[in-house]
Amino acid sequence: MSFNTLAYYWREAINSIFRNTWLSIASVGTVSVSLLILGFFALAAVNVREFTQGIESGLEIRVYLKDGTPRENINGMQAQIAGVPGVSLVDFVSREQALEEMKNNFGDRGDILEGLDKDNPLPDSFRVRAENADSIPGLAGQLMTLSGVEQVIYGHGLVEKLVSVTRWARLAGAIILGFLSLAAVFLISTTIRMSVFARRKEIGIMVLLGATNWFVRFPYVMEGMMLGLVGAAMAGAVVYAGYMSLAGHITQTLPFIHPVTDQQVLLQVMGGILGIGLLIGALGSSFSIRKYLKT
Amino acid sequence: MINLYNVTKVYTNGAKALNDVSLTIQKGDFVFLVGPSGAGKTTLIKIIFREETPTRGQVLFYGKNISRLKGREIPYLRRKIGMVFQDFRLLPQKSVYENVAFALEVTGASGKIIRARVPEVLQQVGLAEKSRMFPSQLSGGEQQRVSIARAIVNKPALLIADEPTGNLDPDTSWGLMNLLSDINKTDTTIIMATHAREIVDSMKRRVIAMSDGRISRDEESGVYSSEL
Ligand SMILES: Nc1ncnc2c1ncn2[C@@H]1O[C@H](COP(=O)(O)OP(=O)(O)OP(=O)(O)O)[C@@H](O)[C@H]1O
Ligand SMILES: [Mg+2]
Repeated sequence: MSFNTLAYYWREAINSIFRNTWLSIASVGTVSVSLLILGFFALAAVNVREFTQGIESGLEIRVYLKDGTPRENINGMQAQIAGVPGVSLVDFVSREQALEEMKNNFGDRGDILEGLDKDNPLPDSFRVRAENADSIPGLAGQLMTLSGVEQVIYGHGLVEKLVSVTRWARLAGAIILGFLSLAAVFLISTTIRMSVFARRKEIGIMVLLGATNWFVRFPYVMEGMMLGLVGAAMAGAVVYAGYMSLAGHITQTLPFIHPVTDQQVLLQVMGGILGIGLLIGALGSSFSIRKYLKT
Repeated sequence: MINLYNVTKVYTNGAKALNDVSLTIQKGDFVFLVGPSGAGKTTLIKIIFREETPTRGQVLFYGKNISRLKGREIPYLRRKIGMVFQDFRLLPQKSVYENVAFALEVTGASGKIIRARVPEVLQQVGLAEKSRMFPSQLSGGEQQRVSIARAIVNKPALLIADEPTGNLDPDTSWGLMNLLSDINKTDTTIIMATHAREIVDSMKRRVIAMSDGRISRDEESGVYSSEL
């Protein structure tokens, strides 16, 4: 592709954006609004994910051992549990450690457990983490069958409920995101189709003068990408500013909620918005022009 | 340069526009295509330009079968052919200069070539002074010349004109014919479909007469109709 051709693409795309001022504004507005909603949804989704992951990763299975299980067996059992598919982490908690932790939980009132040191009623146990929360109930059942196990305890009911809630939240989020993206593609392709339609005669003449399909298509694709990018940049700026001020507000008034303000994550979301804007523009214009390039 | 072998064209609505047409056109020829309305002249031109494909038969351009061209090869065929459309097909929002430059831009020509070549052809068709005007500000004859300038700016091997004198007064038509003769002298092959009897009769060029989709007469230094 020669420099001259590139210059031509630029000139055509820019000219056409300004020649069809209102159409261009409509496209940018459409992309902008769609991506604005999309952006806020994406950030909400990020927060929900962070929140549920925080809870899920805290979920654990406690495997209590029969009284008098010899210490020599512990390592073997630990290896056996670690070998169960779906288990990510196994920690041994001796009865002494368990008592210590309990004291710590009581804080400065730990002295009431003082007398237990001599006759510790707590059993040895394993603390087991699952690779993902859905598998906890199944794992618990499996661990129960191991020899030397007295009891297996996990947040019964809570786990199931949490898993299903987060699963639904994610699914709903994905579906809504999908529909919004589709709507944006559809809207921008309609707008660019109108601009292509306004120039269908020109396109027909280009084809007859020996323009290749790519030569005809490219200025429109560029136009679409520019419109998409401008719309996305506007949406991104608003989403970023709006979200940061909202997050600041929340941290002040509701200190126990921690909105995600990791710049790395936010940058990814903004990058995603710009990328989707470009993609929407390119896709929309390619769809619109296809019909006029049949030879 | 162009060979047609038993070309038949039946449009999808059943109209038989060409019926078993065979002909050969050599490089540098100047050919008039005559015949009553509906004889198939425009269809023949469209088939050479690959705007239509033949239903049966072969069309060779420089020995290459153009019915078998892939979609992406068609633009390169068209760049070798300058086409003067009966309805001009100029772009109304582009100036005379831009309309002509457009044919070069489309082929990816460099700015240097465009700046040199466009004034040259505008000079050749006598429109150098009007290069900044828009098609709507020009007379029919002037628009016709813009469309010729656009057709020859690529230095095509073949120039096809479909009834280029259709809307022109006799003087302007003669001017146009002189222009085409000059272009022909630079070894550009010319095919011109026309109803202009006087022009054909006085130019003494090859005449291919068509009727009902067949070639009824093909002679060197021919005339418009044989019954004279
Ligand atoms: N796109 C089309 N679809 C169907 N039939 C067509 C089409 N184009 C032309 N025809 C038919 O094909 C026949 C030849 O038409 P063509 O345009 O080639 O004639 P022509 O010799 O150029 O006539 P004219 O001198 O009036 O321009 C006519 O009967 C016409 O009705
Ligand atoms: Mg015709």
